[in-house]
Amino acid sequence: MTIKIECRTIARGVAEGEVLLSGDALSFLGNVDPKTGVVVDPGHAIYGECIKDRILVFPHGKGSTVGSYVIYQLKKNNVSPAAMINIDSEPIVAVGAIISDIPLVDRLDKDPFTIFKNGDRVKVDSTGGFVELMNR
Amino acid sequence: MYLTAEEENVLDGEQGETLRKAMEILVALGDIYGADGLIPVKSAQIAGVSYKTIGDAGLEWISNLEGTVKVPSILNPAGMDMLRWKEMGIEPEFAEKQLEIIAAYEKLGISSKCTCTPYYLEGFSATCGDHLAWSESSAVSYANSVIGARTNREGGPSALSAALVGKTANYGYHLDENRVPSVSVVVDHELSGSDYGALGYIAGKEIGNRVPMFHLASTPTSDELKGLGAAMAASGAVALYHVEGVTPEAKQVHFDKPDENITIQRSQLDEVYETIIGNDDDLECDIVAVGCPHCSPEELNNIADLLEGKKIEKELWVCTSREVAQRYPDVVKRIEESGSKVLCDTCMVVSPATEGHNCMMVNSGKALAYVPGMCKVPAMYQKGWW
Repeated sequence: MTIKIECRTIARGVAEGEVLLSGDALSFLGNVDPKTGVVVDPGHAIYGECIKDRILVFPHGKGSTVGSYVIYQLKKNNVSPAAMINIDSEPIVAVGAIISDIPLVDRLDKDPFTIFKNGDRVKVDSTGGFVELMNR
Repeated sequence: MYLTAEEENVLDGEQGETLRKAMEILVALGDIYGADGLIPVKSAQIAGVSYKTIGDAGLEWISNLEGTVKVPSILNPAGMDMLRWKEMGIEPEFAEKQLEIIAAYEKLGISSKCTCTPYYLEGFSATCGDHLAWSESSAVSYANSVIGARTNREGGPSALSAALVGKTANYGYHLDENRVPSVSVVVDHELSGSDYGALGYIAGKEIGNRVPMFHLASTPTSDELKGLGAAMAASGAVALYHVEGVTPEAKQVHFDKPDENITIQRSQLDEVYETIIGNDDDLECDIVAVGCPHCSPEELNNIADLLEGKKIEKELWVCTSREVAQRYPDVVKRIEESGSKVLCDTCMVVSPATEGHNCMMVNSGKALAYVPGMCKVPAMYQKGWW
């Protein structure tokens, strides 16, 4: 059974992947290695995890606006997330997602940290304005 | 957010991929901040120019864009003087990438004049109430506060999107209700010259991203206001401030007195002058850099007067825009006769040429806030340049 959750569209697109939950906000400049997609900040909630091809769920972005270009670099290096889900998007991640063609949504009807577990298969249809939790 | 039929068409890609992306960025920002729609802008100023900042990823993204900007658009300072980069000690590999970035922007119809003071340039003047899409934090502060124009602090890609579309999302400082002061700052001793940068350095940390109303004992010049605003945008995130009896909106609009009141003492400013930021040791400064933000014609003239008949013993950089330097070749010549360098298109904060110095002396609260962290060079603040 799939569960469909309405959300707000920030960057259009459709993608599917396995969920990676990060309770911490993310600064793409500094927290993530743009060559490997691995989170390199030892103090971060998902330190050591690789964000490549994941449905990356985090509260919001933070830090330098150059972070938008780091997201673009991740995409060019084929190590970017498949899609991103925020509680509330802010401009750094929003702009980074748009220039990199990575679907981004926020303000889900249900709290993503309650409804998703790490490894869940999720489809983000940002163009359609919904997220689907598959195979439950 | 409401879009006209034409704007919807752009968002659906009917005018090509570049404009579709640009519109998607404007709409996303508008949605995030609750804008009701898009508004036309008079000009755009685009950050994300120095190769040091945006790297290969930024260069690639800009290079892939197509089309022409719809309003006069100009760039933030780059990592080097476009003509004298060799003299600055810039590596050829860096220079090549930097020139590629500028060329990519020029292809889109953007002026390659790189400056944080577009308001001194032909075609970029603004008046009270004009809507703009500027990105450099001191230019945003000057436009909002000293001119009374209206702009948010746009990121590089969003300013570029606004330039390509000719519009920006109507939120933040474009709206009356967000321009009301929420904190008073009182300074009851006389200030002059670099005191204003020191005041901004202190006040910015306390104000954060709020809108302050200053009550000052002295009347600042527009150059002094430039220094105050630049420092507050660097040590804090102040994009708009008012000065009672001085700035245009403070004169035109009756604002209620804010509940919170901050008083800044002379002793707090003196502390700024006494500390070397970024190092505990008693370092000897080996370079002096002025022109953050870029020098106005008046400031260049004052520097030329101070240097008249003198030879410098330490390296001295005077940063300004190329257009202002070209407008006053005699003043530039008088400055350079002392052995100083008048550098255009760049500054001590964004150029890699700053790195490797021992300690930099500055007269800018903004440079004091950024040079130690961004360039890893300790910085000290100098009193009373002019």
